[in-house]
Amino acid sequence: MYAALWHILPGPVWVRILILLVLLAAVLYALAFWVFPWIDDLTAPVRDVTVDQ
Amino acid sequence: MSEQGDSAPADIEPARMRPRQKKRGMVSRVVGVFGELLITAGVLVLLFLGWQFSLNGIMLSNQQASDADSLAQNWATQTAAPTPTATQPSAEPVAPSTFQYGEPPTLATPGNAQEFAILYVPRFGSDFKKTIAEGVDPRSVLNNGGAGHYSTTQMPGQVGNFAIAAHRDGWGSPFLKINELQVGDQIYVETQDGWYTYTYRSSEYVTPYGVGVIDPVPQNPGASPVDRLITLTSCNPLYIASERVIAYGVLTDWTPRSAGPPAAIAGLTGA
Repeated sequence: MYAALWHILPGPVWVRILILLVLLAAVLYALAFWVFPWIDDLTAPVRDVTVDQ
Repeated sequence: MSEQGDSAPADIEPARMRPRQKKRGMVSRVVGVFGELLITAGVLVLLFLGWQFSLNGIMLSNQQASDADSLAQNWATQTAAPTPTATQPSAEPVAPSTFQYGEPPTLATPGNAQEFAILYVPRFGSDFKKTIAEGVDPRSVLNNGGAGHYSTTQMPGQVGNFAIAAHRDGWGSPFLKINELQVGDQIYVETQDGWYTYTYRSSEYVTPYGVGVIDPVPQNPGASPVDRLITLTSCNPLYIASERVIAYGVLTDWTPRSAGPPAAIAGLTGA
């Protein structure tokens, strides 16, 4: 999977590394600001702190 | 000299130079991809935990601090008269007030999820400052990293019980140190009218169904209240939440806005 990704990328090694770093940054950003808040919201009522009937 | 160098047969060399076999078996390829997916899933889980307990906590704490600042700034600039006392049934006898500045005023009930007060607890951290919003709904209130007010309970300063809840294992963990309160610790609640000073008195551990802790007289339903209490609730044990940890305080002082904030939190209030 990751080997295939490496082969698909064009250019010399340093260009590929650069592209991978940019991709990684984009993925981390999407996780932190969209995906994780969404999961957090899904699991919101699980860890409750209130007393309730 | 060395045997290893010379003893290698000459016909091995070309074999080593041969390009590695490109074709892998289908099974081997599928297993390989599956393994990479598993590793990726593991990394994602770790990232999520890191986000939840670190990055998200920091962002929520910053948001809380700036919300509290803008609330305090609004209150400082508005010179409106104190809000009319909410009409709540009170069994309070008309007695000379024990407070320096007389009877504490009572806020009208705020709208749902509206931030109406700021909580300061020096024991939780020298810069501890969180908003208190109406209601204890996780999504609209508690997961914003502040505290929520049980809307069935009294308002700050009222005779009865001002009960609030907050997280202690994520979402900024505002009540992380609720179990470290010591008798005599101050708990300050700032509203538009001024500062209510509560003094921590005791703790209790109950089941998640222990609603008696937010009664006007805790664990004594139907009794008519005399004290002005604050009740903090959160989950216990940390990260498991099979119980609730409860901290009680009693109102010992109140300071109108015109008199300025209590000395202990003077550096924290306002913007």
